[in-house]
Amino acid sequence: MSRYAVILFALWVVVLAATPFFAENYVVRAAIVIAMYSTMALSWNVIGGFAGYPSLATAAFVGLGSYVGAVSQVNGVPMVLAWALATLVVALVSLAIGALLLRLKGHYFAIGSIVLVELFRLIASSWSSVTGGGNGLNVPLLRWEPDDVGLFILMVMLALMILAFAMNVVVKNTRLGFGLQCIRQNEDAADMVGVNTTKYKVAGFMLSTILCGTVGAVYASWVGYIDPSESFQILLTLKVAVMALLGGAGTLLGPVVGAATFVILEEVVWVNFLSWNRAILGVLIVFLIFFLPNGILRTGAFSFLRSDGASGSKRA
Amino acid sequence: MDIAQLVVNGLALGALYACMAVGFSLVWGVLNVINMLHGSFIILGGYLAYFAWSYWGVHPLLALPFVGVGLFALGYGLQFFLVNKVVRAPVLTTLTLTFGLDMILYNLMTVYFSATPRRIRLDLGSFEIFGVFMPADRLIGMLLALALTAILYYVMRTSKVGRAIVAVRMDQVAAQLMGIRVNSIYAITFGIGAMMAGLAGVILVLVFPTTTSVAGVYLGKAFVVCVIGGLGSVPGALIGGLVLGVVESFAAHYFGPQNALVVGFLLLLFLLLVKPTGLVGVRGYE
Amino acid sequence: MSGPVIELQSVARRFGGIQAVRDVSLKLEEGEVVGMIGPNGAGKTTLVNCITGVHPATSGKVLFEGRDVTRQRPFEAARSGLCRTFQVVQPFPEMTVLQNVAAGALFGQKISRLSQAYDAAHEHLEFVGIDQFADMPASNLTLANRKRLELAKSLAMKPRVLMLDEVNAGLNSAEINGALDLIKKISDQGISIIVIEHLMKVIMTLSQRILVLHHGELIAQGDPRQVVNDPKVVEAYLGEKFAKRIMGNDHV
Repeated sequence: MSRYAVILFALWVVVLAATPFFAENYVVRAAIVIAMYSTMALSWNVIGGFAGYPSLATAAFVGLGSYVGAVSQVNGVPMVLAWALATLVVALVSLAIGALLLRLKGHYFAIGSIVLVELFRLIASSWSSVTGGGNGLNVPLLRWEPDDVGLFILMVMLALMILAFAMNVVVKNTRLGFGLQCIRQNEDAADMVGVNTTKYKVAGFMLSTILCGTVGAVYASWVGYIDPSESFQILLTLKVAVMALLGGAGTLLGPVVGAATFVILEEVVWVNFLSWNRAILGVLIVFLIFFLPNGILRTGAFSFLRSDGASGSKRA
Repeated sequence: MDIAQLVVNGLALGALYACMAVGFSLVWGVLNVINMLHGSFIILGGYLAYFAWSYWGVHPLLALPFVGVGLFALGYGLQFFLVNKVVRAPVLTTLTLTFGLDMILYNLMTVYFSATPRRIRLDLGSFEIFGVFMPADRLIGMLLALALTAILYYVMRTSKVGRAIVAVRMDQVAAQLMGIRVNSIYAITFGIGAMMAGLAGVILVLVFPTTTSVAGVYLGKAFVVCVIGGLGSVPGALIGGLVLGVVESFAAHYFGPQNALVVGFLLLLFLLLVKPTGLVGVRGYE
Repeated sequence: MSGPVIELQSVARRFGGIQAVRDVSLKLEEGEVVGMIGPNGAGKTTLVNCITGVHPATSGKVLFEGRDVTRQRPFEAARSGLCRTFQVVQPFPEMTVLQNVAAGALFGQKISRLSQAYDAAHEHLEFVGIDQFADMPASNLTLANRKRLELAKSLAMKPRVLMLDEVNAGLNSAEINGALDLIKKISDQGISIIVIEHLMKVIMTLSQRILVLHHGELIAQGDPRQVVNDPKVVEAYLGEKFAKRIMGNDHV
């Protein structure tokens, strides 16, 4: 296990956690967004990076989490309990769907997962009696000082980010992670060597969605209003995958680096080039594909941060 | 509304879907690339025809060949210089690249063309045959879509390039051994894909108000058509398109128009799980 | 343990219109080394696929230690001790030699801790003689060593039955001799082995019994010398004309 990765991650968490104490509100906001995306990218890493299944379903489960959290709160459930409920529902739904979806491979899997996002969005739009339909849903706001709200949400999101990182560390160093990597490299050979590929893939898929559900629920509580188009964005799901790829899919710090880089770039671009921000992000993505196809952390300079070798070997 | 009307509406819509999706299907089947730009190509074709019509009075039928050539060149260029570099990379890489390119194109279109819905209104009245009612522009759209698809099919079957494209789709290595320049075929196929999208866009703008924000919707429909009809074949796209059109027509009637889309996606998911190679059963890539 | 360790009862497998294996019944006793020969396309690999669940039999039964395993999935076969190697070696390309073998220990043997798996992997690598390459990327091995890697991976799964599918294809005669020694060592450990081979030297040296497959059918089985002289077998390999000519000359 790479000690450097853990240390650097801890430092980064401290930096983000300190923002309310030394920076402006918009920086705190950016820190919250970074923590959110880091959590989602780290979660994606389990199914997309380790297992090699390019899931584009992240937005479906973030949105689901948002809605379960919001609807619960609207119906009187206390906030933190609503978050827990959202997490649980997402876990169960992803278990059910994963069992079916993971029969698909490659392109078909990617499409199936994107369609899921659209499907959930359409359901949220239509089921107005529960979800408020296209008009969206108002969530009871936290009645504290705005600064305190910001601090609180930041801490919650950072906690989720730490959980997501821990999840990656545990997965990578156990049989589950090894099995997922075998699946990625040669699924048939993995089957032959004794890996229950279905079980492992579904487990990986579930792990990749659980914290996304929590993020969604916390986000809903934070902004106080959600609607279908915003909660189930294909753009979001693709951004998360791109962030993990940008940083280096399958590494521990890759998703963190990718998320931070992307969000910071996005903030800069948004502020300065509003009407062109999509094009600039597009250019960034194209650049990434051509010049950093394996992500930032997989370039030679960063090899000390990675632990891809047979680090368990006692004899050299 | 009686069944016959629903069916006819569905077929008219389906013909358009087929024409829209056939290029996407070819690119996916031959290059194994999911072209996220496809929806934007459709809208671009439509916008070009619209502007030719409103600024220069060019009749859309006349605009067709020009849009076709223009979009072909755009597609060919994009593939040759950019997409080809990653065409053998994993799914996520090619999908992300075309997605990134699409973001650029989309932004360019929204900035330069703005997102106001546009439609070319040729007020040609409507027909009624055996109790079925059909606006004339829809009928023309349907016939045009079918004609373009048929022409493509004919070209694929009879021309040298067409046969080469099919060969590359079936077995890229064998095709190379036969002396086919695969990179060239890739670029041509992508160009054809863009061209068909653009032409479909011209038809679209005759029939429905068109704007950049529906690019994603039509891309989604292209997906569904491919899964229904199989990848890389013109007949497959035709069947897929017609099936989707009819399904949507009935779904819109019984469940409401906004739910027609849900039914389409459920159908896609169902087929992905049951028979991902499509009803026409051409072996696609995984 | 009494009774055969593997028993096939009228196993058949078709792929669409092609009957790859038809009505094959055989037994493998514990500790035996059985050779399986037959012309290309005879169904040898398909038969192994049926036994391991890769392409389950379309009719008939496969019994492993008395249990009906006809419908098992490949990973279940691997875990219960039914292991096989491949003609074309399938390593995990981005992993080291050690990690490849550790995979076998982790999942086939169900070791739960990674470090334990690595220790076990070293043992198996030593057994087959390539432990010095433990940290090398598996894709850098020579062909002969890749075959040894396959063997080590299979052994790491603690098999009761090992099916070797043309393990000597592409090896030179020195390498083949090495492989023969290794297979004998494995058999000495009590593992039942089925060896699919084209090289008669290997088959005759190793096998206590030979099975002959042709067009998906078992056309002969028994003592190696007898089977090799069986007219049906000669005909299957050489065709009717040659068979008659050779049998006529009392050729061996």
